[in-house]
Amino acid sequence: MPDAPMFAARAHIALRDIRLQAAVRNVTGQMVDGRRRALTDLTDPEGVREIARAIRYRSVERLPDLLDHWATNLEARGGQVHWATDAGEAVAAVRGIVRRRGARLVVKGKSMASEEIHLNEALEADGVEVLETDLGEYIIQLAHEPPAHIIVPAIHKDRNDVAALFTTDAGRPIPPDIPAEAAYARARLRNAFLTADVGISGVNFAVADTGSICLVTNEGNGRMVSSVPPVHIAIMGMERIVASWAELDVMLALLARSATGQRLTSYTNVITGPRQEGELDGPEELHVIVLDAGRVGILGSEFREVLDCIRCGACLNVCPVYRHVGGHAYGSVYPGPIGAVLTPLLRPDESESRELAHASSLCGACVEVCPVGIPLVDMLLGLRRRDAADIGPVKRAGFSAWSALWSSRLGFASTRIAAKAVLPLARHARGGPGWAGAWLQTRTLPGGPRRRATGGRKGRR
Amino acid sequence: MADPIPPARHIGEEVAVVTTCLVDQLRPDIGDTVLRLLRGHGYRPIRVRGAMCCGQPAWNTGLTSSARRVARPTLAAVAGTTGPVVVPSGSCATMMREFWPDLFRNTPEEALAIAVARRVTELSAFLARQAVPQRDGVGAERVAYHDSCHMLRELGIREAPRRLLAASGVDVVDIAGAELCCGFGGTFAVKLPEISIAMADEKLDAVVAAGVRRVVGCDYSCLLHLQGRAERRGLDIETVHLAEVLESA
Repeated sequence: MPDAPMFAARAHIALRDIRLQAAVRNVTGQMVDGRRRALTDLTDPEGVREIARAIRYRSVERLPDLLDHWATNLEARGGQVHWATDAGEAVAAVRGIVRRRGARLVVKGKSMASEEIHLNEALEADGVEVLETDLGEYIIQLAHEPPAHIIVPAIHKDRNDVAALFTTDAGRPIPPDIPAEAAYARARLRNAFLTADVGISGVNFAVADTGSICLVTNEGNGRMVSSVPPVHIAIMGMERIVASWAELDVMLALLARSATGQRLTSYTNVITGPRQEGELDGPEELHVIVLDAGRVGILGSEFREVLDCIRCGACLNVCPVYRHVGGHAYGSVYPGPIGAVLTPLLRPDESESRELAHASSLCGACVEVCPVGIPLVDMLLGLRRRDAADIGPVKRAGFSAWSALWSSRLGFASTRIAAKAVLPLARHARGGPGWAGAWLQTRTLPGGPRRRATGGRKGRR
Repeated sequence: MADPIPPARHIGEEVAVVTTCLVDQLRPDIGDTVLRLLRGHGYRPIRVRGAMCCGQPAWNTGLTSSARRVARPTLAAVAGTTGPVVVPSGSCATMMREFWPDLFRNTPEEALAIAVARRVTELSAFLARQAVPQRDGVGAERVAYHDSCHMLRELGIREAPRRLLAASGVDVVDIAGAELCCGFGGTFAVKLPEISIAMADEKLDAVVAAGVRRVVGCDYSCLLHLQGRAERRGLDIETVHLAEVLESA
């Protein structure tokens, strides 16, 4: 049995999905190139990363103080802060507001935190219509799928997939042509923005000094959901805070570059409270739900630095595992290397979440691109140690036997002799028991005759 | 990453060589080749007797005690030598140099592990320390070089093997995705074989597209994986360890 059976099973399906393979490889490739190009226009990209890492480290270090300061400032501007220790409390807070307002239609901007608490299902159960307005999120909402990437939720869909979904939604043919698809989505969503009772968004960063929240989007939908409906609810992971605008500036410079390869996204919204007296627009009410849901537990642990993450998705784009299996194989809101670390930390009680720490070849490409230097490989190893009890008794016994054998010279020599005898016979087998079988299903073993590189083999003892 | 040992007058310098478990078990001739290569460069290489495995398979699985048990005799054997410790594998060198201090933390061997870690160098980085005469590349054989992950990202070694290959009169051809993991990843290759193979295939396809048939690497583990996959696919690709190419040049 693999160490990550559920992951392996879902990956098996993804590896056979030719359209997914092409789409994921294409988009991640573009983002990898874009990131590389975008970082070159910083005078000292490594220096900026060091500063960003220090900012994030210090922010998480001072988290209670910063949150307190931020909430005081936001409340002074008329914003309301709701502290949610778990998903249930967060959902209840949102539900309460939606009910009180008698809302029938909720428009949503992109929010990973809302995915984390499964908000849409809860609101829909109350009879509220929830419409995702980020184009990618809208596409996967129509497909009834979770996001497959932190910033590109519909990364696995191509224009043909989208045309099919839009055609069903529209009740008329929408051609597989990107401008036509965009035009359909624009018309559909525009109407919803204007009639929605509540807008829900995520939060990219909160700024403590002014009590602000910042939303980073490319489609303008973040601005619509936060300014047109009479109520705006923002859902924020509790770690997403910086002290000042100067710090925000550094984080924004790295977020867009690391994520999409842009210097700045098309829309960067900073919101400091609901509509103030004398102002012409903005919502009547602004609520921010601050989500713990396992984060406080991470704070005091050896995995603390995972809270530095700014959700840019760069680690997904370079990850060879993610590139081959896409997001859904992880079975988690957060896929890729950051998901393989974060999911077992946020959901330590589920074996299906814990196994994700094994969904990596530990190649380290993620660490190389992380804008805030999270030691993801060390954390994957740390999680494997933490959850070593998950390794079944058979495998554990196997490792014990192996370590006993290979800690003596006689044992080491014996496997060498056995290998020499067995390999030439077994190397072309197409399967077998255990790990040898897993290897042989798709690969030969060594031990065959070799063509000599150049010249003869000299001086073999 | 700074090299721990300053370049010295090296003729006759004693060098401890850990040939690594996979090589010892499956391709002992590569170990012999490494020793000959070092002798050819003027060193006095000594194979560390009693060095077996660095413990990485168990360490990467999260089984610290099994990893320690396997690594302990290797640590003891290496600690009994002096001078540079040369390892013909980026992965094993990383384990010994970067992770042994963690593996043996709060054990009686901790100080020993730290002392040994400082002495460990990967083979190509060690050789590239000496000035390498460049040869005329006319009629040179074209090969692809595979960057192994630990070597590249933990040890930061990118240029040394390429310089050595160029110096030995071999033409190193760029392949697409040279820095992508080949999918071996130790037990990853058998824990998630389907993904492992998808990664190997991407690498092999890039080699085929580059029009070369030899892949040179510094980690026998990656090479064994790529060779096994190439053979199963019926591809005319041969993987060779850097030491084999340099020694036969």
